[in-house]
Amino acid sequence: MRRTPRDTEESFRRVSRRSLLLSGAMAAVAGVLALRMRYMQGERADEFRLLAEENRISIRLIPPARGQIFDRNGVLIAGNEQNYRIVMVREDARDVPAVIARLRELVALDDAELERALREMERRSPFVPVTIADRVSWEALSAVALNAPALPGVAPEVGLSRIYPFGPDMAHVLGYVGPVSDYDLNRLDDPDPLLQIPRFQIGKIGVEARLERLLRGTAGTRRIEVNARGRVLRELDRREGEAGADVQLTIDHRLQNFLLARYGEESAAMVILDVTDGDILAIASGPSFDPNLFVRGISVADYQALMAHDHRPLADKTVQGTYPPGSTFKMLVALAALEAGLVRPDETVTCNGFREVGGRRFHCWSRGHGRVNLHKSLVESCDVYYYEMAQRLGIDAIAAMARRFGLGERFDLPMSGIAEGLVPSVAWKAERRGETWRVGDTLNASIGQGYVLASPLQLAVMTARLATGKAVVPRLVKSINGVEQPVPEFADLGITPNNLRLIRRAMEGVVNEGRGTANGSRILAADKKMAGKTGTSQVRNITAAERARGVVRNDQLPWNRRDHALFVGYAPMDAPRLAAALVVEHGGGGSAAAAPIVRDAILFALYGEIPPLAAYPESQRARIRTMFETLPVLERIRPGSGASRA
Amino acid sequence: MTYLEYRVQHVPTGVRKILYLNWPLVVLLTAVAGVGFLMLYSVAGGNLERWAEPQMIRFGAGLALMFAVAMVPIWFWRNMAAVAYAVSIALLVWVELFGHVGMGAQRWINLGFILLQPSEMTKVALVMVLAAYYDWLDLRRTSRPLFVLIPAGLILLPTALVLKQPDLGTALLLMLGGAAVMFAAGVHWLYFAVVVGLGIGAVWVVLASRGQPWQLLEDYQFRRIDTFLDPSSDPLGAGYHITQAKIALGSGGWTGKGFMQGTQSRLNFLPEKHTDFIFTTLAEEFGFVGAFSLLVLYVLIVGFCVAAALTNKDRFASLLTIGIAATFFLYFAVNMAMVMGLAPVVGVPLPLVSYGGSAMIVLMAAFGLVQSAQVHKPR
Repeated sequence: MRRTPRDTEESFRRVSRRSLLLSGAMAAVAGVLALRMRYMQGERADEFRLLAEENRISIRLIPPARGQIFDRNGVLIAGNEQNYRIVMVREDARDVPAVIARLRELVALDDAELERALREMERRSPFVPVTIADRVSWEALSAVALNAPALPGVAPEVGLSRIYPFGPDMAHVLGYVGPVSDYDLNRLDDPDPLLQIPRFQIGKIGVEARLERLLRGTAGTRRIEVNARGRVLRELDRREGEAGADVQLTIDHRLQNFLLARYGEESAAMVILDVTDGDILAIASGPSFDPNLFVRGISVADYQALMAHDHRPLADKTVQGTYPPGSTFKMLVALAALEAGLVRPDETVTCNGFREVGGRRFHCWSRGHGRVNLHKSLVESCDVYYYEMAQRLGIDAIAAMARRFGLGERFDLPMSGIAEGLVPSVAWKAERRGETWRVGDTLNASIGQGYVLASPLQLAVMTARLATGKAVVPRLVKSINGVEQPVPEFADLGITPNNLRLIRRAMEGVVNEGRGTANGSRILAADKKMAGKTGTSQVRNITAAERARGVVRNDQLPWNRRDHALFVGYAPMDAPRLAAALVVEHGGGGSAAAAPIVRDAILFALYGEIPPLAAYPESQRARIRTMFETLPVLERIRPGSGASRA
Repeated sequence: MTYLEYRVQHVPTGVRKILYLNWPLVVLLTAVAGVGFLMLYSVAGGNLERWAEPQMIRFGAGLALMFAVAMVPIWFWRNMAAVAYAVSIALLVWVELFGHVGMGAQRWINLGFILLQPSEMTKVALVMVLAAYYDWLDLRRTSRPLFVLIPAGLILLPTALVLKQPDLGTALLLMLGGAAVMFAAGVHWLYFAVVVGLGIGAVWVVLASRGQPWQLLEDYQFRRIDTFLDPSSDPLGAGYHITQAKIALGSGGWTGKGFMQGTQSRLNFLPEKHTDFIFTTLAEEFGFVGAFSLLVLYVLIVGFCVAAALTNKDRFASLLTIGIAATFFLYFAVNMAMVMGLAPVVGVPLPLVSYGGSAMIVLMAAFGLVQSAQVHKPR
């Protein structure tokens, strides 16, 4: 296009005008950019600086060492052992299968665990160490360390893991720890960040669970610099956490060990208290299990074997099990009658084998005791005498006395699943069963049958209260971090001393008089004599037809239909120090199956070792010696030996 | 031609042309490229070979190209405008059919030694062809509807092709760059008002189309818009880039964390830290002082170009210069607005600083045209 000079001038003016406008717009935009820069880097700089720091710094937790648990003599019963594991970093290993093949020649690797590890390695970033073998032996670890050049990316690591040196002996008291699960997180509602650490061990049951807060300690932290993908570049600083508190229990581990050994094959539960301060010296439920299995993750086969066992090794029968106390309940009925003034000590009741009430026959275990006074009723355990007392007292008076002695009470001990037991009353039956209380119910209750239920712990407390006349309360924790826990001054139960003395005389008679039901379990050592009471509680009804044919003997019945054998006792009988209660599940008669075990246990506790034969009646010494010689002594699990795999 | 007729005797020839070059512009360009080398060295963690060295070689080549283009008379380039435009369109169509897909969206032609991005070239070719068109057009016809539709078509054809790649950033730059030339040429402002009005309407329609069967943008493009409006809505997903970029920029403060001390880029929190987001590293390590200085350098480059345009009486030369200045401005303005959270993330590099061959070469060639216009201007 041809253009005249006028056109050119016109174009120049127009372009200049528009260019200036355009420049103005561009300058305005540039101004906005500069203002935005100043706003972000000036006004809001601190905020962004903080965000940049948060990006850069990651806080990792350092798990604290769990508090240790000791027995009353300061022997370690729950500790931490060093746990060696082998970890692998994928990016350092490069050829993972080849390195694992070489590793296999040195260490036995578990196929299932290895597969899990390989999957995890695939999923995580290549620089994250993944555990490929846990709990390896020191020897295997040294082999790995020695061959380090041939094993790129493989490194040994040390961590802490729980160990119970006495294994099954303390299983029910201590419980065990295990890796925290989703279930635990929901249940505990605990904001502690430690619980977010994968495989962090927390108490699952028993003292470990109940004293979890004390034992766990607090987490330490280390601040580390990480990049956008989470790779750790360096540690900035480190604040150590606080280890968990050390706890000392009142248990004597040797006594506990002796009890479990002495039970043999029986399913039994026994509690031994120090009557002066309520210390639980032993609380053993047999058979037991090895809690170390649970710490390492129990195998399905092992767990099923424990579940299928008809003696229920996982249950803690000492506090969770409740049993009809049988004749061991009679002291309370007698005491209630004495205190109410409804019977004189020398007053007699005639027993000819049964008593008929409301058209029903209530039988005595014997075919007839003849004329029975209070003393004889306990020594020979006459049932008919108590049927008479029951009718005079009524259930509510009996229940009131039972409660004063700790039955139906849930003691606050750091153990799991402590049962309340049952002390029935008129109101209870109306409320819970919707039925009226019958005289027959009172009669059954008077001999510790029917609705009455008590745990071995409660029976031991009852015995301690009978022995002292004071409201003895059991305790399990002796000291925390070396600080002795206070022993309360026990209140007097307010029982007329003379009445209590009568009952104790009778309990002494049970063991030490010729006609006493536990005379076979008497102790000869003058300063260690025992008083007590046998009990045999039925787990089935004996029908009239059965009784007519002659009652079937216990040993002809299947195990789980046999009677429970019970014995409660204290010693030394002149100045009581120990009170014990034992239930042998389906063990038969209390005098034959329960009393001897209690005698041995009390003697062991008083002597502090296997008792001398001189403490036993001469006729029994040969049998006792054989028994002690064949007693299975439980091995202590030494840290680092039994716990390692190889 | 009128141009040659009365002014050819004033045009320098031979080596003397070098004296007429716009040397301040050369210094400014080198300074900006130098900032780029520094930052590329820093984001590579002190590694020269990784990004800084190839970038230096490219800048050297670009500088040589600029001088070569500057030596060629401007009327030659005016005559080549239509050819350049035609080649650009052809290449755009070619990549559409046979192009090399990289980074999910960008399309490239592999020339063996360099991955050429025809869309970059198109930006300059479009400015050239529009300047040539208005140079040819009778002044009185500038605002006639028919003669407005022709340049509008010239703009929309490559824009549509680029949008299809899809490359929203380049499409935006083409539109705005073209519009700038039309505006400078003196097209009546009512046309722009109408287009802006229609644009707002179109944005509304596009937003309304979301989730409808006739949805006009890809889902990822809608998500980018969401992220732009509220980056914190998805801090680890689509909003991650912009959130981390803002953190890096803001945390630089007044004077920055120091060279090679930027934690955000050092620890890889920054995305695309050597390309589109390189400005955030500069802002983090040198703070407001560094970031503002770069902005000043850019504004000075645009200013020298505008000054050159204002002093050039040749219609083609001044329109070309102003168009290239506007395109260059749009580059850094959109990039900075994007990393500062003022605009959606559209993938526009920071000119002469971001690592990348095509943009660098094309920009240097464009500045060669500016220099040629200056050297061969009527005196």
